[in-house]
Amino acid sequence: MTQIELRGLQKFFGAVQVIKDLNLKIEDNEFIVLLGQSGCGKTTTLRAIAGLETIDEGDILIDGQPVQHLKCSDRDIAMVFQSFSLYPHMTVYENIAFPLRATRMSKAQVDQEVRGIAKILRITDLLAKKPSALSGGDMQRVAIGRALVRRPKAMLMDEPIGALDAKLREEMRAEIKRLHVKQGSTTIYVTHDQIEAMALADRIVIMHEGVLQQVGSPDEVYRYPSNLFVAQFVGSPVMNVANAAVAEDKAGASVTVQGAPQGFAFPRELLSKLNGKAASSALSLGIRPEGVLVQHEAADGFLPVEAHIIEPLGSYDIVDLKVGDQMLRARTRAGYVARAGARVFARIDPSHAHFFDAGGQSLGVRL
Amino acid sequence: MATAVMTRLDPSTRAAAHGWSDLTIRNLFIIPTILFLIVFNIFPLIYSLGYSFTDFRASTNAPANFVGLQNYRELLNDDFIWRNFAITAQYVIVSVTGQVLVGFGMAMLLNRDIPLKGLLTTLLLLPMMLSMAVVGLFWKLLYDPSFGIINYALGLGTFEWLSNPNMALYAVALTDIWMWSPFVMLLSLAGLSAVPKHLYEAAAIDRAGPLYTFFRITLPLVAPILMIAIIFRTMEAFKTFDLAYILTSQPTTEVISIRLYKMAFQEWQTGRSCALAYIVLIMVLAITNIYVKYLNKVKER
Repeated sequence: MTQIELRGLQKFFGAVQVIKDLNLKIEDNEFIVLLGQSGCGKTTTLRAIAGLETIDEGDILIDGQPVQHLKCSDRDIAMVFQSFSLYPHMTVYENIAFPLRATRMSKAQVDQEVRGIAKILRITDLLAKKPSALSGGDMQRVAIGRALVRRPKAMLMDEPIGALDAKLREEMRAEIKRLHVKQGSTTIYVTHDQIEAMALADRIVIMHEGVLQQVGSPDEVYRYPSNLFVAQFVGSPVMNVANAAVAEDKAGASVTVQGAPQGFAFPRELLSKLNGKAASSALSLGIRPEGVLVQHEAADGFLPVEAHIIEPLGSYDIVDLKVGDQMLRARTRAGYVARAGARVFARIDPSHAHFFDAGGQSLGVRL
Repeated sequence: MATAVMTRLDPSTRAAAHGWSDLTIRNLFIIPTILFLIVFNIFPLIYSLGYSFTDFRASTNAPANFVGLQNYRELLNDDFIWRNFAITAQYVIVSVTGQVLVGFGMAMLLNRDIPLKGLLTTLLLLPMMLSMAVVGLFWKLLYDPSFGIINYALGLGTFEWLSNPNMALYAVALTDIWMWSPFVMLLSLAGLSAVPKHLYEAAAIDRAGPLYTFFRITLPLVAPILMIAIIFRTMEAFKTFDLAYILTSQPTTEVISIRLYKMAFQEWQTGRSCALAYIVLIMVLAITNIYVKYLNKVKER
């Protein structure tokens, strides 16, 4: 049972503020992912919770107790590093036993715990090996084993699978999820990979330049991004964003992408929802590729567009459509648009549209 | 083993214009060195091996007689020679242990962010850059019972460092420690700074205390390079001559190389001293080999 709370966290490296007034409450057993680009302060936050980094202001509370003045060893938190940080001169067994032996646990009990965790992680046959003889995935399993073996109050993971190749990363991702479900411990996981974040997190915390942008379940941050940064950071391929103007017409409303001869048709209620929220001329329209509908035949509400680039990705294609001055990326069935330069017709699914004001904040308008 | 392929010289170079090949240039660098080694190292080594089986005396014109293993037999049965070896062993142990403790300690102190670290390190290295003879001479002054600064600073009155037979060997070892701890420090510092910082972080997270971290992380990881320092210092200490010879002439400080020197150049027993030199050589080789074996074991871990 561990809750972690960050209150008004501030951290400076010299004159540079890397964490700006961070507030976050992490519930027991929750899997939290700190997501952001490198240098956004996510790793510093994690290290501050671990006690490897001091903070300049604010409180870190574990189970309601402020711990910011405690050494890492007194916080009872385990951490998995990106570089694995296995002790190179010890066997796998000794590595996993290290945190137990460091606290003078009896030999028999150490043996029992180490073998137990090795079994869970399926590394029993590696126990006698040196880290240098292991593959990247196994090294990380050992590192996770070393963290889990002493049943810490919380697990911190700093891009634990970032150094692995793509296929292994996917495998380990599933493994980490499986372990979390099985062991159930409060986990804070740092990554810059939004797919990893979406796959693992109970809640995602998105950070940018030291500022917390949004906290929410993967579904929430995907469907209701609070600002342009989150909108474009989460989701792959990236959300289309275009300057757009909203106007009333006889069918309802139309949203015209900058430079486009015609607008996309939207229901009339858009106008009332937008009303008063922002100047209708300085809006950004955000639309994920799956919200751009493409077909070969002309139809009501569809604009004629030209396919510019086609990226075949196997299960689907990403097609760049030229609309006005902008490129809209649409997701189509594999092979639907045969070749670049083809004329197709596109429409925007109003229920997928996001609207942002000039400052990049979401207007919260959903249809 | 792959055979090395000689690459052609770039035809635009001046060497190529002289009609040289890579092979020529290689020989140009290697042959003088090999000649030097043969003339000054290998030839005397073999020549003295021959002398070690004779009763040759360099001070007379008498021809050398072949005496077989007599020199070796007599030396190895000589209790006085064994006493010299015992003194040498004692000296090696005290001196090398001291150097490792002091040198490694200094390296631990320097292995952190402190102001003027570079300057401090350089200053600490000064003793080992001095000449042995100079160090010997001025430590003799420092140790002087009546006006030496050591007795003055420690308030020891007229304590006799060098003329006290029980103290003299330790006094020599102390000087050696002062002079050569920086060498151990330098190598240890290289080893310590090569220990990745994230291992210390992992150990801190794993709740290891400072002592546990030192003995389980720091020491094992520095061990290989520390072993190299110990090998070098043991070899050097084993053949110590100048410091002991300059500082004192006590029989309790007669290490094996002083005995060897006296035998060769005061008693002019050239043949026998060659044999003794070979015994010393074999001993140093044996000790070094034990260390190297251990070093390889440490490296494997």
